[in-house]
Amino acid sequence: MLLQPDFGLLFWMLLSFGVVFAILAKFGFPIITKMVDERNAYIEKSLDAAKEANKQLANIKEECEALLTSARNEQVKILNDAESTRNRIVNEAKDQARAEGLKELEEVRKQIKLEKEDAIKDIRRQVADLSVDIAEKVLRDNLSTSKEQMAMIDRLVDEAMVSKS
Amino acid sequence: MNNRFKYIITLFIFLFIAGGIFQPVKAADHGNEGEDLNVKELILDHLGDAYEWHITTWKDSHISIPLPVILYSESSGFQMFSSSKFHHGAESHNGFYIAKDGDYKGKIVEKNAAGEEVRPWDFSITKNAAALIIASILLIIIILSVARWYKKNSKADDPKVPKGFVGFMELFIMNVNDDIIKPCVGKNYRKFAPYLLTAFFFIFINNLLGLIPLFPGGANVTGNIAITLVLAVFTLVIVNVFGTKEYYKEIFWPEVPTWLKVPIPIMPAIELVGVFTKPFALMIRLFANILAGHSIVLGLVCLIFVTVKLGTAINLSMTGVSVLLTIFIDFVEILVAYIQAYVFTMLSAVFIGLAQVEPHHAKSHE
Repeated sequence: MLLQPDFGLLFWMLLSFGVVFAILAKFGFPIITKMVDERNAYIEKSLDAAKEANKQLANIKEECEALLTSARNEQVKILNDAESTRNRIVNEAKDQARAEGLKELEEVRKQIKLEKEDAIKDIRRQVADLSVDIAEKVLRDNLSTSKEQMAMIDRLVDEAMVSKS
Repeated sequence: MNNRFKYIITLFIFLFIAGGIFQPVKAADHGNEGEDLNVKELILDHLGDAYEWHITTWKDSHISIPLPVILYSESSGFQMFSSSKFHHGAESHNGFYIAKDGDYKGKIVEKNAAGEEVRPWDFSITKNAAALIIASILLIIIILSVARWYKKNSKADDPKVPKGFVGFMELFIMNVNDDIIKPCVGKNYRKFAPYLLTAFFFIFINNLLGLIPLFPGGANVTGNIAITLVLAVFTLVIVNVFGTKEYYKEIFWPEVPTWLKVPIPIMPAIELVGVFTKPFALMIRLFANILAGHSIVLGLVCLIFVTVKLGTAINLSMTGVSVLLTIFIDFVEILVAYIQAYVFTMLSAVFIGLAQVEPHHAKSHE
């Protein structure tokens, strides 16, 4: 009795299982499995993206590090350059100043020489004037008598005669 | 969310345990009638089908849900009436009555012109059919509500993970999909997954409902051969309709010595028999397992009433043993409910996978 499939039940089973199958195979399971698959794909994609981002971050860090090092090197170089430039400029300035000083000194020396010469000339002239004055005074004293004047004239004429002859 | 789960699980466990407690009450009424308890009759009565859904017997009056009887008789055409017209099999209606014995015992029969008992075409929604329809509706509601959650909440570019019941169902469905169907069918598994998933959950929900002794459950649905027959036929059709050329070649022209194929096609005959024995085994396995489970539970419960005559002490101790054993077997049956759904699905998947064979040389290239 239990092993004989009953016709009515067979019919209802076929109907209900068929309907369940049709509905669930169309609107049920494929949607669920598709969504879950999509979600898994999304998770995988996100993981990949995260990994990629991490890698990029590491790259960026490395780049930053490199940039920083190069900047530091650059800084050192620039500082060195600046120092050498400064030294050069200072040295140049010193040299120039020294040369300028020498030139000025020379000029001054020349000036001094000129002034000295002028002064000597002046002194000579004044000495000559003074000696003439003095001679005049001396002569005036000596030639106060006519005899003396005559003697003088004689001597001078003699001298002139001697020098002429 | 978690709490709700706990409630559901507790409710289920309570219902299963209730099976061990309420069934004695039901059977006790049989004993009170003063008849000799016919255990075989009682168990077979439950395992078989019925035209009404018997709930309990209270003080000599049967309490049961009447179900529609639909008949096509060659003499009187289509008939449709409530099974309550039979008054629990006591009366006849429009010439139809429920046979008390003979080949058609327990079925609706009528007398033909020659006075012989004949079966009309019987489309009645019997207890099993009703349980089947309830389970089907329940399954559709559950799965579609889960699918709707995805449609509503989850988009391809912004997927969400479900919680609570939907999350549990997702786990369950994807477990069946990934651990049974995918490895057993092979690379074409997507095409067959809807059928196999439907089969799994259909069997599982019917198994579970069969274990609940109260109204929507308690019918021996998957332990009925008509049910398993249809399921097996579905598998048979799907296996053979989607079989590859190589699959048919292996049946009708297998690679064996020629004398095994012509003139007497020994191997093709064996292979052809194999095509039908595989789903046949599916049918018998599910049917027999669930039938046996129900029989054991009922048998253990009947133990109480069999031992009534042996004295109070033995009866009391046997009652304790019986209740404990029934609870234990009910838990085992929950496991069996899952295992049988699992086995049916897995073997169907394997048979489908075997019918998807590629030519061997193609395989060696892989």
